[in-house]
Amino acid sequence: MARPSSTARKRLEKHPVPAKTTITLHVNGVERKLAIAPWTTLLDALRLYLDLPGTKKGCDHGQCGACTVLLDGRRVYSCLTLAVMKDGARVTTIEGLAQGSMLHPLQQAFIEHDAFQCGYCTPGQICSAAGLIAEGKARTADEIRELMSGNICRCGAYPNIVAAIQEVLSGRPMEKSGEAKR
Amino acid sequence: MNNFGYTRASDVADAVRQIAADPGAKFIAGGTNLIDLMKENVARPSRLIDITHLPLNNIEETQDGGLRIGALVPNSDLAYDPRIEARYPLLSSAILAGASQQLRNMASTGGNLLQRTRCFYFYDTTTPCNKREPGSGCSAIEGINRMHAILGTSEHCIATHPSDMCVALAALKARVLATGRDGQRSIAFPEFHRLPGDAPEIDSNLRADEIITAIELPPKGFAANYTYLKIRDRLSYAFALVSVAVGLDIEGGTIKEARLALGGVAHKPWRDRQAEAQLNGAPATRENFLRAAETVLRDARGFGHNDFKIELARRGILRALTQAARGTPQSQADTRIK
Repeated sequence: MARPSSTARKRLEKHPVPAKTTITLHVNGVERKLAIAPWTTLLDALRLYLDLPGTKKGCDHGQCGACTVLLDGRRVYSCLTLAVMKDGARVTTIEGLAQGSMLHPLQQAFIEHDAFQCGYCTPGQICSAAGLIAEGKARTADEIRELMSGNICRCGAYPNIVAAIQEVLSGRPMEKSGEAKR
Repeated sequence: MNNFGYTRASDVADAVRQIAADPGAKFIAGGTNLIDLMKENVARPSRLIDITHLPLNNIEETQDGGLRIGALVPNSDLAYDPRIEARYPLLSSAILAGASQQLRNMASTGGNLLQRTRCFYFYDTTTPCNKREPGSGCSAIEGINRMHAILGTSEHCIATHPSDMCVALAALKARVLATGRDGQRSIAFPEFHRLPGDAPEIDSNLRADEIITAIELPPKGFAANYTYLKIRDRLSYAFALVSVAVGLDIEGGTIKEARLALGGVAHKPWRDRQAEAQLNGAPATRENFLRAAETVLRDARGFGHNDFKIELARRGILRALTQAARGTPQSQADTRIK
């Protein structure tokens, strides 16, 4: 193997690779310890080190919402969160929403309303919707749309996503897409 | 991202000590803009100093009847705080017009002030940009400049400040509290952000060793007659083409005091005191609103793609003043402009 160039050596002397830090995260109710570099995002920590690939990497720049998780109960973008800053935090991902074989009401409603096509944005949509319900600020469909705008669906399943969320939020069944025409 | 070190600040004095000792270091709180800039290689800090454990996350009453907002209060907590909703609904509305709920949950009050422009040339390290690399030139002036500034520009930079919250803070005459090696100081909002001039790499007048600790709101909140009207390419989760914050104190159809600030048009929140002075004492009429709009835009200049912003701003000011005078503020969940 070639030795590092003199420029690379100088750079390493000036900016030594920082040591990994050990942190504890309470992920889906389970205490997990991991040693990570400062630049590891929560998204990469979940997917690469904790074997939880349900949280998706879409844009990796906080623009699409696919990486949304609940951090201490609040929805955030895990791609713009440094894991090292969240030592001791509680994280809930899509893998942690169901109770055993019983789906979370949002998961069930997304299935019943056909609220996805490719499904890539769905874990983020559902975690975001769980955060939205906990916040208690949305009541109408317009308010759901506004407060779910941080989750993009490239397939355009928005009407069904809104209906699924509205159903769980209100506790009343919502009309399913296509039903009116039949 | 480059390799960087990571430390935590134990208190404000420690944060100041740490940043003063390492010119390559940056503070991190919400990280929503900084981490993105680091992923793009636009920001390459030697170290991040984590300030999220400092006790700066309260909203308290001030002696004069205003509010002091800790620099670490998340944007969403601030927008939904009952005191802000009741006394400063303009601020609440402006915050909810910005970003997405996930970002508002993460982003801090102090960090919102220090977020950097979203000019795509600033983000694209393959193109010249005086803000990213002083002296390299401005790609936007002759390039794609639909999102860019029409007021207060210079031959070196036509970037805009991206914040919505700051437009409301400008209209509300907020003050920024900062602590550095020389102690604490209070900065009036118009003096906080800068115009690009010949040093567009410097966004604000915050000194290198200073940390924002709080924002102070004076007692007057214009809760009865206000609006935050944001006009953008899509209904939500997009930066402003033009936004207008208005607060009016009206009595019997006459404006006692007017506040007017614009976003999406300049390198800083654009407040025009001459236009406000014209409105003070004047009847709240369409003619007077239009006259104020003409005053705000007297030196406006487009760069091609963004020429439309001048007319959009004129209409936006007229509409926002009308909404505020009628007491029918724009809600961010509205799907149409009122």
